[in-house]
Amino acid sequence: MSARALELNGITKRFGALVANDDVTLTLGQGELLALLGENGAGKTTLMNILFGHYTADSGSVAAFGRTLPPGKPRAAIEAGIGMVHQHFALAANLSVIENVIAGTERLGALALNKRAARVKLAALSERFGLTVDPDARVGDLSVGERQRVEILKSLYRDARVLILDEPTAVLTHQEAERLYRTLRGMAEQGLSIIFISHKLHEVLAAADRVVVLRGGKVVAERKAGDTNREELAELMVGRRVARPHRDAQTPGAVALKADRVSVMSGGASLLSDVSFEVRAGETLGVIGVSGNGQSTLGRLVSGLVSPSSGSLDLFGHPVAQFSPRGFVEMGVGRIPEDRNADGAIGEMTIWENAVLERIGEKRFSSGGLVRRGPARAFAAEIIRRFDVRGGGPDTATRLLSGGNMQKLILGRNLITAPKILVAAQPTRGLDEGAVAAVHAEILAARRAGTAVLLISEDLDEVVALADRVQAIVKGRLSPPIPVSDADPRRLGLMMAGAWDEAA
Amino acid sequence: MRLERRAHVPLSLAIAAPIGAVVAALILAGLLIALAGVPVFEAYRRMLIGAFGSRLSISETLTRTTPLILTGLAAAVAFRSRVWNIGAEGQFYLGALATAALGSKLGLHLAPLVEIPILMLAGALAGALLLLVPLGLRLKFGVDEVVTTLLLNFVAVLFVSMMIEGPLKDPLAFGWPQSVPILADMALPKLLPRSRLHIGLLVAIGLALVLYFIQSRTRFGLEARAAGLNPQAARFAGVPIGSILVRVALISGGLAGLAGAIEVLGVKGYVTTDLSPGFGYTGVVVAMLAGLNPIGVIVAALFVATMFVGADGMSRAMGVPSFIADVIVALSLLTMLVALLLANYRVRR
Ligand SMILES: Nc1ncnc2c1ncn2[C@@H]1O[C@H](COP(=O)(O)OP(=O)(O)O)[C@@H](O)[C@H]1O
Ligand SMILES: [Mg+2]
Repeated sequence: MSARALELNGITKRFGALVANDDVTLTLGQGELLALLGENGAGKTTLMNILFGHYTADSGSVAAFGRTLPPGKPRAAIEAGIGMVHQHFALAANLSVIENVIAGTERLGALALNKRAARVKLAALSERFGLTVDPDARVGDLSVGERQRVEILKSLYRDARVLILDEPTAVLTHQEAERLYRTLRGMAEQGLSIIFISHKLHEVLAAADRVVVLRGGKVVAERKAGDTNREELAELMVGRRVARPHRDAQTPGAVALKADRVSVMSGGASLLSDVSFEVRAGETLGVIGVSGNGQSTLGRLVSGLVSPSSGSLDLFGHPVAQFSPRGFVEMGVGRIPEDRNADGAIGEMTIWENAVLERIGEKRFSSGGLVRRGPARAFAAEIIRRFDVRGGGPDTATRLLSGGNMQKLILGRNLITAPKILVAAQPTRGLDEGAVAAVHAEILAARRAGTAVLLISEDLDEVVALADRVQAIVKGRLSPPIPVSDADPRRLGLMMAGAWDEAA
Repeated sequence: MRLERRAHVPLSLAIAAPIGAVVAALILAGLLIALAGVPVFEAYRRMLIGAFGSRLSISETLTRTTPLILTGLAAAVAFRSRVWNIGAEGQFYLGALATAALGSKLGLHLAPLVEIPILMLAGALAGALLLLVPLGLRLKFGVDEVVTTLLLNFVAVLFVSMMIEGPLKDPLAFGWPQSVPILADMALPKLLPRSRLHIGLLVAIGLALVLYFIQSRTRFGLEARAAGLNPQAARFAGVPIGSILVRVALISGGLAGLAGAIEVLGVKGYVTTDLSPGFGYTGVVVAMLAGLNPIGVIVAALFVATMFVGADGMSRAMGVPSFIADVIVALSLLTMLVALLLANYRVRR
């Protein structure tokens, strides 16, 4: 790592009174894989936008391979060999992969002419870096992971030697993320210099050579990945000690939720087959699995959104006859959906509207067809207070909340009613470290208060930290449960791979 | 340069946006008027006189406003829940036909005080049923209602045409294709004596207020908005999307049908195929200008009616083609869309 691929010197950027980047100095060595770690709002995206020329810094300079870049000129950054993969992809869904890759590099008329040459180059790049994707597929038909590969290929096609990825794993499933990091490692070994942004500690520790921690716009620390650990990074990032809370032993009560050989079919495909489990009051059952194996369907089933094609689901000893979201809410089931933006909240509606929507039929929130806005607002205010939702009051539009606060709102509207059952699907997906700790503490508190918790999660650390027993879901089937005390990584790996006998 | 969503749209901006849009549209249309070699200010002055210069012109403008409020509400209610009802024109005609048929000598023969409300309801019902068909197709089979409601307009007008050439034809109309007229005592009471202005205006304004209340205060209003903004999250929360949208469609189609009923009862007394100069389609524009707000619909409808009635006056006085009204209304829709963008987003660089 002799030569410097990038040098950022004393970068400061203000938005009005807010200092998003405060005298940031940063270098990237050639062939280095650098993680830029920081909580939401730390200024990571802003810094990368300055580096790439989308924003101009108020002061400071950027140099690539020893040459200072003119500020505010993305084109100059591209020419200097910098490629950026944004947090939100910028691909044309109705064009093919190859068209997306070429678009912008050539004049439109020349597109057809150069397609053949482009194809050759693209194939070579895919081969060299292990970025497989069908060049003729329509981008709209690709999975998120594949689209990300297209974005990376697009940068490489423009001869990028420095690659910047903004929260590349935020949208990926667990195994897609692992695959991405293997790819990035390979690219670094072949001499590319890479900065990736993240707020996930385990990723950073596993993948990066070096970690730069940004907090409140300032660089607060720089560590070799080998010389640090999770606790230290969490503390540096958040600015105070954040210990994830622990589970205490307690004796569970009666069975609250029980599935007996439940199958769910949809359009001929079997989404869940012969699934059996039970969750007792004051107990947490963790269901782990690789995405696409039925976790979503399981979550939807116990939220009242899909009904079984066979088998029965019992709540408090009685089989559910009618599957409906409101029926489940009325019976005391708290529901955290896996996608908070798509299912959990309506961004354009206010916090109070989102707080009461699923229980709007209750007497206290509506009577005679009229919404009782006073009690509804008070309910929301109480959630905001008790669950420390920051970023607005009852009348604020929900879209203005950060992911962590939106999740606290969703959690709060369920837990404030002391549900007897809590279904939490991917409750901390995409949240930063501080918010994860807060959500975990609430889930543990609910369990302590006697709630039966069904935790559906891809995050093994989370399941191990919160659950009493663990079952794995593989291709719609559920493994037998094991106590969490027996759940070492090897065993969980075998369970998720479907090798239940070996794991037993 | 980039556009950035504003966290809060200040009320002043929310009000300034449509006003700015209208002013911009008038300036742009002014360029066209100038091109036609006519003094712009004089033309606009004539336009104002045409719309408000006399008792008669005021009453004409308000008479025009009435159906536009109702079709504007029809569009606004539906669009708010993302039901794309482009079929208000057809619903208007079916409502008008049902009312004319039942109110004529072939019809009910009840006491006016009883029968007039029934006739209005019948018109509303006819319009509602016409919208229920495309909505059902959407809910059951995912058929795009933009296409079906639009095409049903032509079907409805042809059906009306068939009826008024056939079984409902007025035998005393010297062979003109027009329906049997309603009985004389079924006509709506006048608001102003010796004018065409009738109490339908009050009905329309009253309904706008009721709708505003429903949307902002009732459980149905909340659920209907949720269903429009994010159907997936609404479903997760247990909002019965299908039945909510059916009710939205009944209201929307009903309002358009009622517009037709009131036009027959209050103004014309019978149905012809030129009963509506595009009230249904213009309702879409009115709703957009109003930002889908029911109270805003009243104002937007008045504005559009002013343009159309005023342009007639201007055209007579100045020789500018009265098509200029269409230009202004169309321009103001475009400038309104830009203004909404500017109100909701901030330009940053
Ligand atoms: N265009 C902008 N205008 C005003 N404030 C901004 C803008 N972009 C970012 N910010 C603010 O700057 C801070 C840093 O944001 P960002 O760089 O996006 O953080 P990160 O990527 O680390 O989550 C945040 O407080 C954010 O609200
Ligand atoms: Mg960011």
